[in-house]
Amino acid sequence: MSEPRLVEVRRNVLKQNDVIARALREQFRAAGVFVVSLVSSPGSGKTMFLEKTLSQLQPHYRVAALVGDLATENDAVRLARSKAPVKQITTGTLCHLEAAMVQNALQEWDLHQLDFLFIENVGNLVCPSSYDLGENLRLVLMSVTEGEDKPLKYPTIFNSADVAVVTKNELAEAVEFDWNAARTSIQSVRPGMQIFRLSAKTGEGMEEYLAFLAQQLAEQRATTAQI
Amino acid sequence: MHELSIAMSIVDAALDESQRRGVQVSAVHLRLGALSGVVKDALLFSYEVACQDTPLQGSRLIVEDIPVVVFCPRCQEVRTLSSVQLFACPECGTPTMDVRQGKELEVFALEIEEEEEVQG
Ligand SMILES: [Zn+2]
Repeated sequence: MSEPRLVEVRRNVLKQNDVIARALREQFRAAGVFVVSLVSSPGSGKTMFLEKTLSQLQPHYRVAALVGDLATENDAVRLARSKAPVKQITTGTLCHLEAAMVQNALQEWDLHQLDFLFIENVGNLVCPSSYDLGENLRLVLMSVTEGEDKPLKYPTIFNSADVAVVTKNELAEAVEFDWNAARTSIQSVRPGMQIFRLSAKTGEGMEEYLAFLAQQLAEQRATTAQI
Repeated sequence: MHELSIAMSIVDAALDESQRRGVQVSAVHLRLGALSGVVKDALLFSYEVACQDTPLQGSRLIVEDIPVVVFCPRCQEVRTLSSVQLFACPECGTPTMDVRQGKELEVFALEIEEEEEVQG
């Protein structure tokens, strides 16, 4: 038997996705649109959260959304009620969005006509973490009903996110949600991450979060203008 | 589960490299970071599936686990984390997000047969 020989190749497995994501990020920057991706578990209330985000930003900004849905779901129909342009990306059995899907979905859209673009990933806290979508901000959403230790169960996705939103605050008391414990687990897996505590249902806390988004957009445009 | 699509990308990359070199691959060495978001056991299983009916059928996937290495701003040293649940220096406890290693998902090397022997 011949001795096996080792040949070094060093190939990033997700290179193709990363290349497309970089191109998307550059396209977003050039168009002056701020892109937020949303990751969460099923049942965290992401569709209602996004619906409220879109409808409350809409009087002031031009907003749109891409929604990744498994074949069995149809969040896009619900979101269309916000009257913002919404496009569905059906992922079939695939549990996450990839940069190429975002690129395809955006082909007919003029990004210059937008201020904010939201990309709702498939409800899943595992798979989306590996794939850069070219977004400017990755928002991880969890609800008070999911428990304070959610970040410790899914450290990779929380670590990859830029900001955390804890929603369904109207239920916090009923489920005896421990804010300090939740904050500690988030800071443990992602030190320094900004956390918003809100209720999409009652509107409590939404203002602060929306002001944060507006500030992010302004900062991005200021940076772009300097270049 | 996204390990099957990852496994298919690994097979594609390995095939591309092996065809370019005109060699037969017996094993693929992968560097897998603790922050890559990929589950090793699921990946090993998916790899076999992804290899079916390709020249890589029967080859092995050898996974090298890469821990998370961070830079501690207080110690001014790189430190290896023992858990991805706590991003803090294991020596002094200072929280840090300065990740230097641990996101790898890389086909690092191919093990090739020296002679052009195709196993039957
Ligand atoms: Zn230290």
